[in-house]
Amino acid sequence: MSSIGTGYDLSVTTFSPDGRVFQIEYAAKAVDNSGTVVAIKCKDGVVMGVEKLIASKMMLPGSNRRIHSVHRHSGMGVAGLAADGRQIVARAKSEATNYEKFVFSLVGFLCLYFTSSVKLGVYGEPIPVKELAERVASYVHLCTLYWWLRPFGCGVILGGYDRDGPQLYMVEPSGISYRYFGAAIGKGRQAAKTEIEKLKLSEMTCRQGVIEVAKIIYGVHDEAKDKAFELEMSWVCDESNRQHQKPLNVPTIRVPGSDDVLEEAKTAAKAALEEMDAD
Amino acid sequence: MDAISGDLNAPHSMGTTIIGVTYDGGVVLGADSRTSTGMYVANRASDKITQLTDNVYICRSGSAADSQIVSDYVRYYLHQHTIQLGQPATVKVAANLVRLIAYNNKNMLQTGLIVGGWDKYEGGKIYGIPLGGTILELPFTIGGSGSSYLYGFFDQVWKEGMTQDEAEKLVVKAVSLAIARDGASGGVVRTVTINKDGATRKFYPGESLPLWHEELEAKDSLLDILSAASPEPMVS
Repeated sequence: MSSIGTGYDLSVTTFSPDGRVFQIEYAAKAVDNSGTVVAIKCKDGVVMGVEKLIASKMMLPGSNRRIHSVHRHSGMGVAGLAADGRQIVARAKSEATNYEKFVFSLVGFLCLYFTSSVKLGVYGEPIPVKELAERVASYVHLCTLYWWLRPFGCGVILGGYDRDGPQLYMVEPSGISYRYFGAAIGKGRQAAKTEIEKLKLSEMTCRQGVIEVAKIIYGVHDEAKDKAFELEMSWVCDESNRQHQKPLNVPTIRVPGSDDVLEEAKTAAKAALEEMDAD
Repeated sequence: MDAISGDLNAPHSMGTTIIGVTYDGGVVLGADSRTSTGMYVANRASDKITQLTDNVYICRSGSAADSQIVSDYVRYYLHQHTIQLGQPATVKVAANLVRLIAYNNKNMLQTGLIVGGWDKYEGGKIYGIPLGGTILELPFTIGGSGSSYLYGFFDQVWKEGMTQDEAEKLVVKAVSLAIARDGASGGVVRTVTINKDGATRKFYPGESLPLWHEELEAKDSLLDILSAASPEPMVS
């Protein structure tokens, strides 16, 4: 499965004899070693959750966000090198804004590579999620074409809600982007994908989806290998008025004493975990 | 002779009457067909309703050159946008592109435009983009020099949710009323109806239009007289 490139892996502009670009595959490994990111598309929206591994007890809870709002209607969960992720998010935000509104920016003309396309890309409507995913993917791919640039060491899951309904896209370090019903990247992605496949997503609302995603993240977290983690979640659905919201501070009706969906999800997930351990 | 021909070097302007109305299921765009150069009618059968995409058309008024150039630019951008999006552009996007060009070049342009079309998200929509580059989404709108004579008419006659037939008849009647009163509008009436099934062009020649108060019947043209049989010789 994982082979040494020996000699063909020194540059992203080199193919191996069997047609692989090893640098891109190594970049994907950086993603595989990071905390899990899970996202599902329910019938009324998209729910995203991140297993944020806490490096030090000194860190303030809620800092080092892994889920970012890209535009009113869409958000992005990042796995892999955090700094690379910040760059991708910034680019996505820029694409989304420029698509909708005209920006009198001179900076845009300085360097074509690092700023978004400033054609007359001014359409007066929110960027369709499909279009945003394509632009992010092509930007990520751009950085796999030149020897003086290294590939991004992060994968992103983009969830958004536009005129055509809720959509979920995943962009890998190679620049590939596909549309998904459910996606997972990071350490626990295999287990997470198995869990997602068990869900009946077309019948699930986002309220239910939040609980399920929390259960999956708590489930795939490896207590032995990694220490503490923080659960970060977001959603964009009919209930949130098609806006990307995080953290979830929406009052719930089901769990008395709990006053937000996130807390309810955590409680339910921990309970489910205990149930599994009891078996 | 000179006084009649007028200033042939004046910029071509479309005196014009242009109209856009929404109905239940789409939009109807209408226009007259007179392009004048000063007093001279440079084109008495011009087509002022231009296609931007399969589902979006634009009515042009004011300077003929300016409106044509704006239409050309927008058609170009919309074409690229459609390819990138993978589906037809929305009317809103088309209208937005038009008004950005109109607003950002307001010092150089003199053209009033009406953008109308149908898309699957919003249905039939009409956008008016007058001289300064404002954009207004409206159930109906009128433009051009002939429109001055139509404001009262529309106040009286307009209603929401007309049928396609009612809307077309309204537009034709309105343009012909304006032609009757506005010297800079004339010729034929052209309409374009746009709905989910696509765009349909219709043409109403001058003779088919009703005559209004004080208008005269069209006389035989001199050419008919020339090709007729020789007149009886005068016998004293």
